[in-house]
Amino acid sequence: MDGSPRSRTLFRKVWDAHLVRDETESAPAVLYVDLHLVHEVTSPQAFAELRERGLPVRRPDRTLATMDHSTPTTPRVNGRFVIADPQAAAQVERLAENCRDFGVPLYALGSERQGIVHVVGPELGLTVPGSTIVCGDSHTSTHGAFGALAFGVGTSEVAHVLATQCLLQRRPQTMEIRVAGRLTAGVTAKDLVLAVIAHTGVAGATGHVLEYTGAAIRSLSMEERMTVCNMSIEAGARAGMIAPDDTTFEYVAGRPFAPAGAAWDAALERWRALGTDAGADYDAHVTLDASHLAPMITWGTNPGMGLAIDACVPRPAGEADVQEKALLYMGLRPGEPLLGKRIDVVFLGSCTNSRISDLRLAASVMRGRTVAAGVRMLVVPGSQQVKRQAEAEGLDQVFLAAGAEWREAGCSMCIAMNGDALSAGQYAVSTSNRNFEGRQGKGGRTFLASPLTAAASAIAGAVADPRPLLAGWEKA
Amino acid sequence: MKPIRTFASRLVGLPVDDVDTDQIIPARFLKVTDKEGLGAALFADWRYDAEGRPRPEFPLNRPEAEGARVLVAGRNFGCGSSREHAPWALLGYGFRAVVSTGFADIFRNNAVANGLLPIALRPAAHAWMLRLALEHPRVQVTVSLERGIVTLPDGATESFPIDGFDRECLLQGVDRLGYLLGVEQEIGAFEAAYATGVSTLPGASLR
Repeated sequence: MDGSPRSRTLFRKVWDAHLVRDETESAPAVLYVDLHLVHEVTSPQAFAELRERGLPVRRPDRTLATMDHSTPTTPRVNGRFVIADPQAAAQVERLAENCRDFGVPLYALGSERQGIVHVVGPELGLTVPGSTIVCGDSHTSTHGAFGALAFGVGTSEVAHVLATQCLLQRRPQTMEIRVAGRLTAGVTAKDLVLAVIAHTGVAGATGHVLEYTGAAIRSLSMEERMTVCNMSIEAGARAGMIAPDDTTFEYVAGRPFAPAGAAWDAALERWRALGTDAGADYDAHVTLDASHLAPMITWGTNPGMGLAIDACVPRPAGEADVQEKALLYMGLRPGEPLLGKRIDVVFLGSCTNSRISDLRLAASVMRGRTVAAGVRMLVVPGSQQVKRQAEAEGLDQVFLAAGAEWREAGCSMCIAMNGDALSAGQYAVSTSNRNFEGRQGKGGRTFLASPLTAAASAIAGAVADPRPLLAGWEKA
Repeated sequence: MKPIRTFASRLVGLPVDDVDTDQIIPARFLKVTDKEGLGAALFADWRYDAEGRPRPEFPLNRPEAEGARVLVAGRNFGCGSSREHAPWALLGYGFRAVVSTGFADIFRNNAVANGLLPIALRPAAHAWMLRLALEHPRVQVTVSLERGIVTLPDGATESFPIDGFDRECLLQGVDRLGYLLGVEQEIGAFEAAYATGVSTLPGASLR
């Protein structure tokens, strides 16, 4: 590409390869989209736009729909899903109609492949290195874990991609998040990304695509990398990416839609060349050491308000208004420890932490233990495939024996528009991605944490450090 | 989409930083299949009490907010969810512009796509305008998109940056889909040359 530097970042390579038309001073770039994921909440007005203009979906073979946000996760009745809310039922039905009319493949409620859109794409092998992926959902950044350029768009842009398979985009800046060292026992990828966001703040990466690099990132599994990239948007970033390596290739190989045979060999050759070149520049840098991290938890009302689990609620300083407002909403006092804070609900799920490894992690500390009296724990697998796998491993029995609820796949209490919600004033430890006011139900109060911390807190009935529950744990 | 050129308006001040799109419109209002009527749900959890009655102290519920078309929020506006229902709700209420120090990327795109003008001011000017909105809610400012300036009651002006392409779309009231459809031939040529083996979905076999 003209104007492209000789040494390029991972982001720049993917960007350049998808330019239908480069940007100029007077017009943004036209960027080609390889995979468009669609769900029921942000698509109806986009399909309506196509109908109004008499346009078809340009590439139904690069479009995949599923249902996740407004769908119930309550157990099926006689094998069937029942949507109690007529408005949600109509929205789900509208997606089915739109997919039928426009020829878009759909994993509807009841399909063996239904689930949270950002869990389904990777597990089917549709998310591959070097591709461009968009969805009308900000957590599309998840797919960047594979070295894809993946980002959330609004409904107008959903219509653009349906009609033209392209988006108009200005080229974003790049930011390297270098994480040295290695996570210690009981500290997870979720804690790592909460530490990154606590460092950058919620707007610190606005206008940037993040690339996570360093030894700590290299040692993460694909599911852990997805957790990290998932929350890039919470730092304000356009997307988050990780260069593909053998961990990536092993994960993708053999999945239903992954390239196979000669196509696989060709793909692998391309994918191996995607990593950032030596000497390529980023526009900004952040450096962290994973070895020094403790389990993290949020105390406030945005994901940047995070701290080590054994720290005390901070005293407002700097942008004091925001912090005082957060403390008031959360019903917390400065200097108060979070450990031991009584909770009402534990939510294990969401596109951040609902994959099989997340469920295994939580089950590892819950086996033979019980959820504290008065605490409700929901375990919501990210997809029907994750649910079946967990059941095959007996994880559902671990959760049920502990007194937790084992649910159907969906976004559930992360978005609280599907019947799963906190009541006003309730406290929850949640493995989801947003602790905004009312996010998990009007008046509900959220502590974001890892699946391990969520499980330990469910057992304690209060915010708890998971490390003492780990086998062989001895406090230094 | 209505074009924006130059308009005069009173200001509504909302002195809250980092307003996320869950506050602009809570998720329970997203079960709609059209864009209509969302103005009533704008800032619902801040604007109404538990019984659904307007809280008199909330800025949008004060009598002088009636008819104002410019919202002056705190720093960094629109972070979080990609929901385009956020600008739909702001426009549905009657706003044509939001003033802050900066906007989250997706919110900014969604705003421009619908004819809502995001005005990012430098911090000192932003702080001054927020104070003006809070202390003198009946004064008028003039927003000129052609000139990229806000004119204050004393005649002083404050300029704001806007991408040239976005500016043209807003001035003409056109959405970007028309432009993209005009690129059709290049898209076709790109696809014809694009043999990088990325998976496609054999549509009908998926159900």
